[in-house]
Amino acid sequence: MSATSYGWLVLAFPLAGMLITAFGWRVLPGRSAGWIGTAAIFLAFLASIGALFDLLDHPEEERQLVESAWTYAATGDFSADLAILVDPLSVFMCLVVSGVSFLIHLYSVAYMSGDLGYARYFAYLNFFVFSMLLLVLAANFVILIIGWAFVGAASYLLISYWYRRETAVRAGIKAFVINVIGDVALVVAAFLILDNVSSLDFLTVFESAGESFGENDGTLVAACVLILVGAFAKSAQLPLHTWLPDAMEGPTPVSALIHAATMVTAGVYLIARMHPLFELAPTAADVGAIIGCATLVFAGTVAIAVTDLKRVIAYSTISQIGYMIMGVSIAAYGAGLFHLMTHAFFKALLFMGAGSVIGAMAGIQDMDRMGGFRRAMPFTFITFVIGALALAGFPFTAGFFSKDEILAFAINRGGWYVALAVLGYIGAFLTAFYAFRMVFRVFLGEAVPEARELDGGHLAHGDPVNPMTGEPEDTDVGFPGPEHHVAERAWPMKAAMGPLALLSIVGSVVAIPGVSDILEKFLEPTFEDSRFHDTAPTTGAELWGLVAGGVISILGIGLAWWVYVRQPGTATRVRERFAWLHRFLVNKWYFDELYEAMFVRPAATIGGFSRRVIETEFVQGTIVGGATGIVRVGTSVARSAQTGYLRLYALFLLLGVAALTLYFLISSS
Amino acid sequence: MWFEQVLFFVAAIGALAGALGVVLFQNPFYSVLSLVGHLLGLAVLFLLLHAEFLAAAQVVVYAGAVMVLYLFVVAYIGGADEPLHPESGGVAVFGPLFAVAIAVELCIAFIASGLQALDTRGADLGPAFGSPGQIGELLLTDFLLPFEAASFLLLIAAVGAVVLARRRRGLEDEATGPMRGRHDDPPTETLEVRV
Amino acid sequence: MDITWYLVLSAFIFAIGAAGVISRRNPLVVLLCLELMLNAGNLALVAFSRMHGGEAGQVFALIVMVIAACEVVIGLGIIVAMYRNKLPIDVDEMSELRG
Repeated sequence: MSATSYGWLVLAFPLAGMLITAFGWRVLPGRSAGWIGTAAIFLAFLASIGALFDLLDHPEEERQLVESAWTYAATGDFSADLAILVDPLSVFMCLVVSGVSFLIHLYSVAYMSGDLGYARYFAYLNFFVFSMLLLVLAANFVILIIGWAFVGAASYLLISYWYRRETAVRAGIKAFVINVIGDVALVVAAFLILDNVSSLDFLTVFESAGESFGENDGTLVAACVLILVGAFAKSAQLPLHTWLPDAMEGPTPVSALIHAATMVTAGVYLIARMHPLFELAPTAADVGAIIGCATLVFAGTVAIAVTDLKRVIAYSTISQIGYMIMGVSIAAYGAGLFHLMTHAFFKALLFMGAGSVIGAMAGIQDMDRMGGFRRAMPFTFITFVIGALALAGFPFTAGFFSKDEILAFAINRGGWYVALAVLGYIGAFLTAFYAFRMVFRVFLGEAVPEARELDGGHLAHGDPVNPMTGEPEDTDVGFPGPEHHVAERAWPMKAAMGPLALLSIVGSVVAIPGVSDILEKFLEPTFEDSRFHDTAPTTGAELWGLVAGGVISILGIGLAWWVYVRQPGTATRVRERFAWLHRFLVNKWYFDELYEAMFVRPAATIGGFSRRVIETEFVQGTIVGGATGIVRVGTSVARSAQTGYLRLYALFLLLGVAALTLYFLISSS
Repeated sequence: MWFEQVLFFVAAIGALAGALGVVLFQNPFYSVLSLVGHLLGLAVLFLLLHAEFLAAAQVVVYAGAVMVLYLFVVAYIGGADEPLHPESGGVAVFGPLFAVAIAVELCIAFIASGLQALDTRGADLGPAFGSPGQIGELLLTDFLLPFEAASFLLLIAAVGAVVLARRRRGLEDEATGPMRGRHDDPPTETLEVRV
Repeated sequence: MDITWYLVLSAFIFAIGAAGVISRRNPLVVLLCLELMLNAGNLALVAFSRMHGGEAGQVFALIVMVIAACEVVIGLGIIVAMYRNKLPIDVDEMSELRG
């Protein structure tokens, strides 16, 4: 089987899983929908491995394979095909996506059981994985945009999965609207490129981009900036990031999959894939780097202030994606993608651990009410700590190697990129701090009642409430089910979290500087045409970077320990001292309020005006009412001749005869 | 020749008088009788036009049978006095007006415009023109189809009349007589079309 | 006599009959006026038959008489049915065609 056949299989399995669970939801008993969905993704993962091995069989020059299944439209020398591109980058993404998705599906089998929409959940999840794989396997802009849009739709469906919860629905709509902004930008960018290169096929575009565009050509910069807008919308970077924290309304596995490992990495993939264009338009690449850097600092500052457990992890995601975007924008493709992979491991792990804790808390997500779960949930504690260590970049975890490689690359580029690196190290410090802020607040300290209950062997069950607003809900369909699950008691959850924990420690074995460069060599066929290909930092520089990173992460962890464990009142004192700063950070730098005033209110006003004036008065009243009014009046005029009065009819007959006779009389004379 | 002309005018005036009587009499009984007179005048005119068989048929069948039938029905139903001018004036004004217009137009057509096709003298006629034998021969040869169709029509009319006027079981009897009142049929409802 | 006289007479009778149809409200009288119009047609037919010298016109007139008889029969049947069902015998009251 060729690599491209494996590619089609990778797409076919999740699609089949989705169709089976979607159409058979009535007849699938118990948790079988979950197992079917999980099996579908596992098969996709196996197919990805198959594609990997087949690709490795090819010589290095021939590792970019395109296969087209169907030509949708062909005019002249342009054709839009349903085509997939199997090359190292896409196979890498497929492996990460399908692998992590498989583990998350496994986790969800236990986590979501008891929910009335179980089959719907797995249908949506499979649909999401299918769309994501379609996105990464796309060989031309058309399929990319299709996959892009599907991913946005799947995200909406999954965020508002508990659709009777108003906050969830609003969050889903918010995510979708912001994603659409990115979609539009991407389509316009594709159009600009089509206009100049006359093709939408990736390989063709990349080859002829050099001739069609000059250096820093205005159109190309515009197209690349639009691509960036699309990437920022999907990856939740400044200024289009506001949807991601709200998206925590969805079930925790959804947050793990979509908002940690896969969907938000689509932007990173996009920039990496479009690297020939970005290298021809350095201005756009610089924009990407700056935004990525700004985002990682911003999100880091917010994460140290918010108290909702899932939102801390969400802001952490925004921050880490900022690293990746910065990485691929400064042409550190291997490093950026490496961080993507390791981040998928430890972030998904963190979300899974958070899900377990929230299950123990009977749905409450507020860290202020958590504490002392170390004794009651040992497995969750250990995996969470491993994830936090990886996130903080503790020496010799996976995150350690990946994050610092990006920063080393930035320093190596020189010039103002060094400033980006410095900010990146500051962000790393913040990351370490808030990662262990979570650990210490949730697992150490005084045990809260729920923890004590769990320790005594009983899982706490509160009244079902909305964790954000506190209003009571019932557990009917469209609301979270009545059951809560913790990792200690559900083996699928353990089976998912274990491998991730392992990978968070050893996952970086593919790219330890100076020791192994498996990943770099593997991705080379995709990136060898990069002009920065040979500007990687030397091993020595990288080792210095690693040392710096390790020191900073230990400092951050130490500070968190000192604030939360050693001197427990410190946090409260600092908060009171800098109340204005704390308020600013907790309100996420007031971005939501800004957008509300700038966009949402005017749009709502226009909408209300349109409904009241244009629709009701003008369209309904004048156009529709007028048309029907004219018809009514006309028909009543016509109807007035139908009096039923026989003599009148006879009169008209007579009149007709007289007129006819007159006519003939005149015409014959 | 002068006899013919005198007879023509007498018969014509009789026919016209009968026609006017039909329209103007209030009592329908008198109207029927006027029509009988009119038919007799017309029969004389037919005789003048050498249509003997037709004249006989007119008198025997039309005036004799059909009008007698009419008289029966009028006697059965009875006629009440009704105003000649109806409540809605427009029809009554325009009706005679259009009728006069038709008459004028036709007269113009016949007299003034000089229709070439009108040969005012008339063709030469054979001795048996208009006799029953000639008519009968035509009916059974050239005009067989209309003849048969007419007889079929008569059959249908007879059956139809019986069906229309038969007494159905369960209807109220005639003791109360015809009701002279407003027929309370509600007009067809205007449909409310909601757009 | 000139044929023209007969034709003019026929036109007058026709006009009188038409005026009567429209002016009268009693359906019996309306039918009578219809008879008038038919007779006017008959007269014209016979006059033309005399003019042409063929008897086709007379046969035509004969058939018209048959038709008139049938029509009278049915018309009277309807009026009798109306009378039987206690409906007013007035042409203006029969307005079911209204709409």
